[in-house]
Amino acid sequence: MTNATPTVFRRLTSTKLFWPLLALALLLAFNLVFTKGFFHIEIKDGHLYGSLIDILNRAAPLMLISIGLTLVIAASGIDISVGAVVAISGALVAMLIGGTLVLKGGVQEYVTLLPMSLAILVTLAVSTVAGLWNGFLVSRIGMQPIVATLILIVAGRGAAQLITNGQIITIYYKPYFFIGNGFLLGIPFSLYIVLLLLLITLFLTRRTALGLFIESIGINPKASRMAGINAKNLLLGVYAFCSFCAGIAGLVVCSNLKSADGNNAGMYFELDAILAVVLGGTSMTGGKFYLIGSMVGALIIQTLTTTIYSIGVPPEITLVVKSVVVFLVMMFQSETFRRTVFGKFTKQVVQS
Amino acid sequence: MIGKISVKYLSLLVTIGLFILMYGFGSVMYNGFFSPQVFLNLFVDNAFLCVTAVGMTFVIISGGIDLSVGSVIALTTMISAHLLETSHWHPAAVIVLVLLVGSSFGFVMGSLIHHFQLPPFIVTLAGMFLARGLCYIININSIPITNAFYTEVSQFRIPLPGHSFVSINVIIFFVVVIAAIFLAHYTRFGRTVYAIGGNEQSAVLMGLPVGRTKVLVYTINGFCSALAGVVFTFYMLSGYGLHAVGMEMDAIASVVIGGTLLSGGVGYVLGTMFGVLILGTIQTLIIFQGTLSSWWTKIAIGILLFLFCLLQRLFETGKGLKTQGTTAEQKA
Repeated sequence: MTNATPTVFRRLTSTKLFWPLLALALLLAFNLVFTKGFFHIEIKDGHLYGSLIDILNRAAPLMLISIGLTLVIAASGIDISVGAVVAISGALVAMLIGGTLVLKGGVQEYVTLLPMSLAILVTLAVSTVAGLWNGFLVSRIGMQPIVATLILIVAGRGAAQLITNGQIITIYYKPYFFIGNGFLLGIPFSLYIVLLLLLITLFLTRRTALGLFIESIGINPKASRMAGINAKNLLLGVYAFCSFCAGIAGLVVCSNLKSADGNNAGMYFELDAILAVVLGGTSMTGGKFYLIGSMVGALIIQTLTTTIYSIGVPPEITLVVKSVVVFLVMMFQSETFRRTVFGKFTKQVVQS
Repeated sequence: MIGKISVKYLSLLVTIGLFILMYGFGSVMYNGFFSPQVFLNLFVDNAFLCVTAVGMTFVIISGGIDLSVGSVIALTTMISAHLLETSHWHPAAVIVLVLLVGSSFGFVMGSLIHHFQLPPFIVTLAGMFLARGLCYIININSIPITNAFYTEVSQFRIPLPGHSFVSINVIIFFVVVIAAIFLAHYTRFGRTVYAIGGNEQSAVLMGLPVGRTKVLVYTINGFCSALAGVVFTFYMLSGYGLHAVGMEMDAIASVVIGGTLLSGGVGYVLGTMFGVLILGTIQTLIIFQGTLSSWWTKIAIGILLFLFCLLQRLFETGKGLKTQGTTAEQKA
């Protein structure tokens, strides 16, 4: 303890949130310099408007999925079917609310097939059942998570297209638009959903032993079973919860677009969500997880996307940039890579 | 001995039996289903799928997985179309180049997986998005191919008895299958792949070149997907970033339905070929049925995939119980 600065610095960098927050700050700093009016926020009709609010609103579905996926990855699983569940959920809610435009004397009348709350409940229930199916295959049949969720990808997109009949369903029921487009106290309503889900999850995992159980399954499933943890049911629950989150994300996406597209809704969400979770500091091999980190990860991805749009680079490049980021993050998480690159350096430090 | 052989080939027999059953069902139910051309079209329309599924078979036997094949196929069609139409390259040079690109793509992913011990599915998932993104960098729109050589190959028909024909793609299809069977069963490389899938640690301890073989497996798969991309280009005569979306799922499904264990170590290239034919038969059945929408194809494939995975698990747990039983007996 000869010098205080390195210890403070080390303590700061050793917190898992440091690196994702630094990445986000760098992205925002880049925008501060290169994008005009990026930090400009104004109040229009009592709502907050601006790029930052836009990013938050657009990141909402991704944040929702990342919450669920963080738990799945913590239990050393993976769920690549989240995109398909988003598609199913959107298609189902659009079908249940109904896509007919009813005009009465030139004024649009809002009709639904099922009452909206019931339609939402049914959709979320179906999403959860999809997750239970994944969990059943993984925990009871013993399939590898990637294979189990792969089955749902193949069949799920087909099912979503079956529901929408291969077409894009447009929704005309205005109250439903509030979920994805509405504002409450000047802030997008979708953010309240994210916040609520995040708080509930944080409470359940950090204030009860649930989080510890999930981590222990991720670190050593056999040992945790020996310790008396009901790993099978817990896994079942984690996959169900992940699909439940994806179902909510599907509602938000569908409401935001005012339509359901079984083919393209939730496309590439699985990569974005995995990237968000991994960026947030949760390791792909399972174990410790960081929900807040995943939220920051989701914000990084959305900021990156918005930045690419606003600096005028073709948006198609986003895919390339994202995959390169995944490669880099993966390398840094790999112990072998760190040893080969930084190994000599660490050894010297130890020796000196 | 007989029991041993039949158990070894059981999953392969189940697959072939299922194919005959499904094709027989179609022949009984629908007029004109049992004709040489409908049968040969299974090969004509699924040649690209089989070529990439053969590469995938090696990856899965070695205990890995590759999610990037669909995107590599799309990238191949895109590079081919761009070089042929915009840069006016010679077709032979184009084909050699895309095969090299595909192989190096697989080589880099394999090296990452082996040297940094990264999980294969996440490396190849990133590879999948990289290849797809590269397509869009070349061009966002579909590029039609008007090159004389490509259209010639595409339209060339090899006549067969009974007024039926096959395309050049079918020839490539059979060459790939035969070469793969030779590679899997008659070479040192093939045996090493099986050994790695059975138990990687044992393979290392036996002194087998595990690292080199693993990288080579992904390189071969990259080559196969690029070749499938060439076949697909002949088939579609266009390059497009949205070609072959979800093809990786179909390829994996064919391999699994063909009797290859997802945990690695067990599998047959011939089984994969029948897996592809089963997928093709499902598609043909739904076309002949007429009223079912094409989305049912995906659902049917999903259900089949599930049933075969279930079957595999039953085999595995059955085997596990048996060995447990014998050790218990020995102890007693």
